[in-house]
Amino acid sequence: MARSAQDSGGRRLPRSLHPLAWWAWAAGLAIAVSRTINPLLLLLVLGVLGFVVTARRTEAPWARGFKYYLWFALSVIAIRVVFRSVFTSATAAGDHVLFRLPQVHAPHWYAGVQFGGPVSLEAVLAAGLDGLRLACLLCCIGAANTLANPKRALRVLPGALYELGVAVTVSITIAPQLVESVQRVRRARRLRAGKASGFRALRSIAIPVLEDALERSLQLAAAMDSRGYGRQGNLTVRSRRLTAALMLAGMLGLCTGAYGLYDPTAPAQLGLPALLAGSALCCAGLMLGGRRVRRTSYRPDPWRLPEWIVTGCGLGSAALLLVSAHYDPLALSPTLSPLSWPSLPLLPALAIGLAALAGLVAPPPPDEPARPGRLLIEPASQPIEFQQAVSR
Amino acid sequence: MIRFEQVSISYPEAAAPVLRAVELDIPEGELCLVVGPTGSGKSSLLGAVNGLVPHFTGGTLAGRVTVAGRDTAKHRPRELADVVGVVGQDPLAGFVTDTVEQELAYGMEQLAIAPAVMRKRVEETLDLLGLAELRHRALHELSGGQQQRVAIGSVLTAHPQVLVLDEPTSALDPTAAEEVLAAITRLVHDLGVTVLLAEHRLERVVQYADRVLQVHADGTVSDSPPARAFEQSRVAPPVIELGRLAGWSPLPLSVRDARRAAGPLRQQLAELPYPDEAKPTAQPVLLAARKVLVRYGSVIAVREVDLDLRAGELTALMGRNGSGKSSLLWALQGSGPRQGGTVQVTDLLGGPAADPHQLSAAGARRLVGLVPQTPTDLLYLDTVGAELAQADRESGQATGRSSREILDGLAPGIGAASHPRDLSEGQKLALALAIQLAAAPRIVLLDEPTRGLDYQAKRALTGMLHELIEQGHSVLVSTHDVEFVAAAAGRVVVLADGEVVADGPTGEVILASPAFAPQTAKVLSPLPYLTVEQVSASLARSRQ
Repeated sequence: MARSAQDSGGRRLPRSLHPLAWWAWAAGLAIAVSRTINPLLLLLVLGVLGFVVTARRTEAPWARGFKYYLWFALSVIAIRVVFRSVFTSATAAGDHVLFRLPQVHAPHWYAGVQFGGPVSLEAVLAAGLDGLRLACLLCCIGAANTLANPKRALRVLPGALYELGVAVTVSITIAPQLVESVQRVRRARRLRAGKASGFRALRSIAIPVLEDALERSLQLAAAMDSRGYGRQGNLTVRSRRLTAALMLAGMLGLCTGAYGLYDPTAPAQLGLPALLAGSALCCAGLMLGGRRVRRTSYRPDPWRLPEWIVTGCGLGSAALLLVSAHYDPLALSPTLSPLSWPSLPLLPALAIGLAALAGLVAPPPPDEPARPGRLLIEPASQPIEFQQAVSR
Repeated sequence: MIRFEQVSISYPEAAAPVLRAVELDIPEGELCLVVGPTGSGKSSLLGAVNGLVPHFTGGTLAGRVTVAGRDTAKHRPRELADVVGVVGQDPLAGFVTDTVEQELAYGMEQLAIAPAVMRKRVEETLDLLGLAELRHRALHELSGGQQQRVAIGSVLTAHPQVLVLDEPTSALDPTAAEEVLAAITRLVHDLGVTVLLAEHRLERVVQYADRVLQVHADGTVSDSPPARAFEQSRVAPPVIELGRLAGWSPLPLSVRDARRAAGPLRQQLAELPYPDEAKPTAQPVLLAARKVLVRYGSVIAVREVDLDLRAGELTALMGRNGSGKSSLLWALQGSGPRQGGTVQVTDLLGGPAADPHQLSAAGARRLVGLVPQTPTDLLYLDTVGAELAQADRESGQATGRSSREILDGLAPGIGAASHPRDLSEGQKLALALAIQLAAAPRIVLLDEPTRGLDYQAKRALTGMLHELIEQGHSVLVSTHDVEFVAAAAGRVVVLADGEVVADGPTGEVILASPAFAPQTAKVLSPLPYLTVEQVSASLARSRQ
């Protein structure tokens, strides 16, 4: 793996890339994926994702999640193929029938749907390829989540969305505490010889846990208040409403635009213009909402050349693929009838290769300090206790 | 710095105000200790300093509180964030971010302090509190003492002039508590921060205090220098009680002061017979544990521990956090995991010994009762009465004594209609204990019952436990509190790293290491006195 940190001097000091750059890169690759169903290109995309993730992820907990996305992607393909086999559609004349499932006729009021019947190779392949494309999209999101620290990503939220970011961060922190609380109370249940399952048990476990959670959230709210949370940025009702309206309209535009871009069958006018209008509205809303907020940010991630290049790689491959889809649509969506081995078109392959460049351009991730391995929940002790057990 | 002018605080559901006509003027750079029994207006007094009372908690505040010239009636807590820093009991509950560095910066981000200044202050604070190696660590991975220091650091970065600490060490073991208190005193001396500190374990802090604010039960607050404050106070650390007993003036606040004054007393006591050690009587062994092994993955929590519990014996289980105390208790009760060894419990009727781990939960409960570290985990009904009735149903009236009678024996005067969560810590503990005793187990285990209890509540707990051992129960209590152990336990077992490192009569075990000896023993060493009660009993006998 090409790690040229040493030979290229101080320019490539280990640091974490701006999370938005990774997200832009992944989004670009996702747009590229959505334009093709050529299995060779899709596999190439998976290869690129795998390369970049292994080259540039950290040792942090969230960075170990890529394999779960891969499993999820595989299951998506499998589900798609199975569904397609069970709910067969009519086979065409020249199809290669693989096997026949016992056929069930739907009742007359549900006519039109067929269960079982002949399963053709073409149908399975079409489903598999469709699933593969979806799987690639999922892996793009997974890669972004793996490469960019999700909490740092929340920190770059614009001022108007700051509250949202805080809420998400807090809930991420609270979730494991809640799990610990449930385990503790369940164990205590046994001490009273209470039932461990059933509705009554649910009540006896839920009430202490919820009371605990409520108490904890009140403490957190008091702590945040006394540390100056919400000190500035009290919006007037009018500007708050205006912000909300702008954001809503902007989001609508963004959704429509994304739909237009990702779905090749959508009318062309829907895509880019709606996306641009949506972004403009969102920006206006965020600026209006953030105008009154005075807050600084500790050690913000810088946006330097590598960020530009990584973003450029992702968006560039999207643009190249969009262009080649225009000139050579058949290479991107090879036909299944008659069955033929797909060819690897040059320009799209180069476009996807461009995205792999991100793995080389991005600075190497910082070395995480060695962390003690965490125990699973030690029963009946406060979290403080077992962490000490580990740290000693 | 802080001024209270005729301040009264009342809550709508309470009949009387919690604070009444409080008149205070605290100058800059003082360390004020706030003392008072649980349920007095201590927390309200502290909350009023940064406006959490009444802005956040509700209630009404009459009079005027000003901090650095700002009136809390006109300034909400967030607008006082740059003057007052608040640290609570449970540091983990107040953390907003996930790493040490981010947490230190959070308050400054809210105050819109320039990034370059923030960077500098974070580095300074990391050094000041000795957190530099921990800067990238996740907050939940830190030990309790480290977390509490981060919590203090995270309010210090905003450079507040006042620091309010509400029982910052109540959840910590003695070493971690020392760590935190050392950090606090350093702040007072080096930075001139005004500190308002509420603390149950007075023996740890009273020597550092410049003045003591006593919150009385009627809501009035008196303000005096420490030596004067404790002349009359009902809550006082052992060293002061000893001083009062011996009639020393001025009252000693530290072991060092007391040792200097104690020469004549030591001489007098040396001539008297030593206090009676509780003689080990040949009581039957109720619980016999052999080679108990508890492990979680690769970590061994309890390593082949042998333990016998006898009838009529109160045993204290000591050891630092994470030494396996809780795991051992749960393994003995049978509800926790146990990978090896045997536990044999003899039941009330002298039938064949049984292993609670192999019995049903109800069966195990009849042999061994365990009150967990968070007693409220056992409680889930709306009223005390309902909880007690449920406990009677669960245990099938094994004793003939209802749990209500047991509770009244332990802690009289808890109304059946009150909500368990509204009880004081000591009352919650008594309720949980009564529920467990309803099944009439002869072995009673308590996991850290002294946490968060004040002197009176601890004394009440000692009374409850002594009653139990007189009835023939065997009690095993895990605790960090040396003073409690000295007053209550007849035998001490010390665990370290999952192994028993000491097991013997209280006097022998806790006098063996000076660092863990109770204050009385430190003052009177080498005489083997553990508590002020022993000293006064000895003196009384000699006068007869």
